[in-house]
Amino acid sequence: MRKTVLFAPLIVFLIVGSFFAWGLTRDPSRIPSQLIDRPLPEFNLPAVPGFQQGLSSGDLQGQVTLLNVFASWCVSCHVEHPLLMELAARREVPIYGLNWKEKGLNDGKEWLERFGNPYGRIGDDRNGRVAIDLGVTGAPETFVIDRQGRVRFKVIGPITERYWNETLEPLIEELERS
Amino acid sequence: MRGLFSFLAAFAISVCAIAAEPDEVLADPALEARAKEIDVQLRCVVCQSQSIADSNAPLAKDMRVIVRERLLAGDTDQEAIQFLVDRYGDYVLLKPPIQGNTVFLWLFPALAVAASVAIAVAYLREGKTKPPKAARALTEEDDATIQRIIDEHSK
Repeated sequence: MRKTVLFAPLIVFLIVGSFFAWGLTRDPSRIPSQLIDRPLPEFNLPAVPGFQQGLSSGDLQGQVTLLNVFASWCVSCHVEHPLLMELAARREVPIYGLNWKEKGLNDGKEWLERFGNPYGRIGDDRNGRVAIDLGVTGAPETFVIDRQGRVRFKVIGPITERYWNETLEPLIEELERS
Repeated sequence: MRGLFSFLAAFAISVCAIAAEPDEVLADPALEARAKEIDVQLRCVVCQSQSIADSNAPLAKDMRVIVRERLLAGDTDQEAIQFLVDRYGDYVLLKPPIQGNTVFLWLFPALAVAASVAIAVAYLREGKTKPPKAARALTEEDDATIQRIIDEHSK
């Protein structure tokens, strides 16, 4: 009994310590999406000024697609943009855009004119309501939507070349096969 | 010293000034009071250790506006909170609900205290009830040794 008592603090420390060590490996900014395996919430967004077509949830059905949340004020979106342009040029997967909370009327349009438009259709979510329905916590975020219009995966932060090759491309191929 | 105090006070005031910007405050003071009450329970998903009442992130502002809209639409406090929980998960609640995956979180402190008390009581009781190591009766040999020592010293 006495020996066990002496070791108790060490045992408690090891248990609590291993929990904390595990916690340190997790990124608290990655909040799990509530939408995984659920249908995309219904929305119908107007076009970004200067573009013809808006974006509705119905557009994201019938094929595997990406829905990318972006904004001209978002620095990481700028970092991610060249990869999206490349994916669009290679016709890897249809990419749709949700232009989130632009302040100036033409901010989204000017940004796309300057850096290129990888998106099939773009919705203008100026007041950010659709983004909240989607559980968006920041930009960029990218949803992988399956043929039935269900959300299957969410990427928080910019997609990198490596992330595309290792995670997204295999996932999209798998969804396209099923 | 006084300068330093005003300098620090300025920070305190500016921090308080962030919550609920004038354009979002509801006309009905009772409803606004309820909205404020809800704001402090919801986590800002951008700066996660702040509530949406404390955060000046644009997304926190959107969430405060939504809370007010839900209340105006006739939602109860619980329904307004649930509206955001549906979208962001239990993560938006600063106080986690007691449910299957959080039982351990809530019960652990009580269990830890109970376990320590139990161990301490057992430890102390053991010390009290166990008789001290019984002295062994002296053998003849011991008696002889003692006698020898006494004799040596009393010479």
